[in-house]
Amino acid sequence: MPVEAAAALAAKDVVGIQRLSPGEIQLILNTAEELLEVARRPIKKVPALRGSTVINLFMEPSTRTRFSFEVAEKRLSADTLNFSASGSSVSKGETLFDTARNLMAMAPDFIIIRHPHSGAPHRLAEVVPASIVNAGDGINEHPTQALLDAFTMCQHFGGLEGLKVVIAGDIRHSRVARSNAFLLGKMGAEVRFVAPASLLPLDVEELGVIPFVRLEPALEGADVVMMLRIQLERQKKLNFPSMREYYDFFALTPERLALAAERAIVMHPGPMNRGVEIDSRVADGPRSVILEQVTNGVAIRMAILYLLAGGRSEAASDS
Amino acid sequence: MKRLLIRNGRVVDPSQGLDQGMDILVEDGAIAAIGERLDARGRSQILDAAGLVVAPGFIDLHTHLCEPGLEHRETIESGCRAAVAGGFTAVCSMPDSNPVNDDPSVTSFIRKRAEQVGLARVYPVGAVSKGQAGEAMAEVGEMVAAGAVAVSDNPRPVRNALLFRRVLEYARSFDIPVAAHEEDLDLSDGGSMHEGRVSTRIGLAGIPTAAEDVMVARDILLAELTGGRLHLCHLSTSTALDLVRIGKRRGLALSCEVAAHQFVLTDEDLASAGYDPNWKANPPLRGSAEAEAIMQAIYDGTIDAIVSDHEPRHLDEKEADFADAPFGMIGLETAVPLAIDRLVHGKVIGLMQLVRLMSTRPAEVFGLPGGSLREGSPADLTVLDLRALRAVEPDSFRSKARNTPLAGRRLRGWPAATIVGGTIVWQAGKRPKN
Amino acid sequence: MAQNRGRAARQEVMDAPAMARTIARMAAEILERDGDGVMLVGIHTRGVPLADRLARSLEEVTGHKVSVGRLDITLYRDDVGPWRPAHQQPVLKRTVLPASIDDHVIYLVDDVLFTGRTVRAALDTLIDYGRPQAVRLAVLVDRGHRELPVAADVVGKNIATTRSEDVQVRLSEVDGEDGVWIGREVGNAG
Repeated sequence: MPVEAAAALAAKDVVGIQRLSPGEIQLILNTAEELLEVARRPIKKVPALRGSTVINLFMEPSTRTRFSFEVAEKRLSADTLNFSASGSSVSKGETLFDTARNLMAMAPDFIIIRHPHSGAPHRLAEVVPASIVNAGDGINEHPTQALLDAFTMCQHFGGLEGLKVVIAGDIRHSRVARSNAFLLGKMGAEVRFVAPASLLPLDVEELGVIPFVRLEPALEGADVVMMLRIQLERQKKLNFPSMREYYDFFALTPERLALAAERAIVMHPGPMNRGVEIDSRVADGPRSVILEQVTNGVAIRMAILYLLAGGRSEAASDS
Repeated sequence: MKRLLIRNGRVVDPSQGLDQGMDILVEDGAIAAIGERLDARGRSQILDAAGLVVAPGFIDLHTHLCEPGLEHRETIESGCRAAVAGGFTAVCSMPDSNPVNDDPSVTSFIRKRAEQVGLARVYPVGAVSKGQAGEAMAEVGEMVAAGAVAVSDNPRPVRNALLFRRVLEYARSFDIPVAAHEEDLDLSDGGSMHEGRVSTRIGLAGIPTAAEDVMVARDILLAELTGGRLHLCHLSTSTALDLVRIGKRRGLALSCEVAAHQFVLTDEDLASAGYDPNWKANPPLRGSAEAEAIMQAIYDGTIDAIVSDHEPRHLDEKEADFADAPFGMIGLETAVPLAIDRLVHGKVIGLMQLVRLMSTRPAEVFGLPGGSLREGSPADLTVLDLRALRAVEPDSFRSKARNTPLAGRRLRGWPAATIVGGTIVWQAGKRPKN
Repeated sequence: MAQNRGRAARQEVMDAPAMARTIARMAAEILERDGDGVMLVGIHTRGVPLADRLARSLEEVTGHKVSVGRLDITLYRDDVGPWRPAHQQPVLKRTVLPASIDDHVIYLVDDVLFTGRTVRAALDTLIDYGRPQAVRLAVLVDRGHRELPVAADVVGKNIATTRSEDVQVRLSEVDGEDGVWIGREVGNAG
């Protein structure tokens, strides 16, 4: 049974999958489906958010996600301002809330925030009237990534219910894995987390997933194999011995991919460490949908902005 | 001669096994008489305690007063005001001021400043190591001579096991306990809440119970090796309490405390508060199973003291995201009602045992005067109204800090008056003097 | 359903047979004016089945296939977005154009022409897809009260209304029946 889409988003913000209902998730996916078409037009821009201001507040380095949001904002004709941590007052000790209050003086309609600490977007959402969209907070959530991943899966399989999804890599530090687990769980898919236990969070079953400490048994019958980046910057050389060993036991190689379902697709949120968690023959192979994910990311982010623009309603539409 | 007669109260004194309606006569700062229907002996101030409980003054073994140097968080004066308003007649002040209390001059400054303020008694706790840096031993003897009652590197652990062994040994010469914050910082790994199902669900890095347990085990073994007096600060795990049981069975000079919030609040409560840094404490709020284990250990006598673990933070420090904000919640003005509400009204323990945990045992553990209403004891008394039902109102706190997660929580059983050295230093519903 | 709404006084101004005749006449006007090489583009929602019906009518006469597209103007509307917080965003629908619109004569098709704002949005939408030779407008009902300088080239029926009256075009593909009603909705400013 496909989930029926909600009429609108209930909250003014999208801070995490945990706070979205299945109906809201379906609404975002349906809206993105229609917005995908904008990218195929000769003029890839519509005036829907003309006159509204979006601040991209990136307190942690990001290229892909920030670009994807910027493209989405520009295709909807919003005015965008970029604020990043390096060279800003953040590095001079300003608190998140002072930064936010200063930004609010510019009357933005949306703040897209990436932050190194879990929960920062949630706190911000409580103190500013603008719509907050979480572009990744600490090790907590990355809701737009999970939505674009789900969207990509829907394109290939027509829906999410009953899909067997393997997510492998540095799960402990992965907000992508967590948001995907929440989303896929809500939409009726089966999620398998794969990592050596030193890269899994404690009590991982709490996330509604089936944990595996070896890749091979998890791949059996899998429809989707999502490989996560080994976040070199977050390792303290204690969680696993070496890149070589990681590749030998946990990387997705063509031989291991053969264990998955015949129709299986390969995903990666990027940026990839080729030869660490994924073999180039798989990354560039026929089952890789990694570049589709990038395209879909723009549509998902457009959908969220579009829906939030109308979501701050007190009464139903009179049009 | 200055006299105070406390009439018609229900007197509860574990040191004498008393729980009955009695009067108490105070003369010149000491308890002069205790008995039924005492005469006022001429001119006396009268305190009518009908319907109230009169107990030996409550002693908090674990307070951070922040002075000298961190007065933006709390001062000795504001901390003492908070203490007496919270029913405490004495507090032990942790050494993490700036400069650290690792030197007799700081120790005597704290004592003198507290005497000037003249509200609660303040017992300084000196540092174990110079600058609390965990390397060289601080001047333990000099600090004891200046008035320190214990040494501790709280809120930091002593990582170096040899240093901890040596300080347990050295402190024996001065007959003071070494108080330990038990945390393996490598295992904590920068976590900001209890590691478990809830941290996994809400995506915050966790501090495992094992971070506390391995250090508790180490230090109990070192106490056994050295014969030193070991006091374990704010325990939070069931395994740590089991280890204490083992140590006590072996006859070690071992004591331990828990913070009042630790058996009331859990990580699930934290999760429903939406990343509010006022819920961030160290040790972290654990799961409900650990809270149950703490109450069991309170009931069976494994735990010696209930403390406030009052750790003030300035508003600006807590105005941050959860991971970035410092640990700490205040407790001086909520510990007593939390304990009465949960433990006494919740029928975990009786009133006698509560008074033992908040007055008599703390006095014994740190070797302090007080904890008793015997004739000749200092006239430090805590008067309680077990029936008072009030919501926690941070705006009315005497503390400078407001970092509590308890705002609005309704609790039954509040302090009604606090008497230090025979003087009523605080009374419910009355404006403080000066 | 609209016809069940409270004290609304409703009057049928076009029944199903009349609608069929009207659409046939509109098709004839289009053919006469621009021949059978036109592209019909229906505006969501009811413009879409109307464009289909006009196309069928044209095909019956000429025997040639007529190109039909559909246009969703939601992203171009002037009454949605953050500056109008009282709205919920309308559900997006798909824009489908059968071929490049460059150098074609395009007929925008809609059910009712009222303020002209929908047509303005439709023109903006269409222009983003290319450069037609000409754009014309065909509507089943013109009810007046324009707020923009817009006029229809092919009109099924002109109906005199007051601003507060409600004109309902119902089509079997969407609503299960054919017909046009006008009514005064009590308590609805429309």
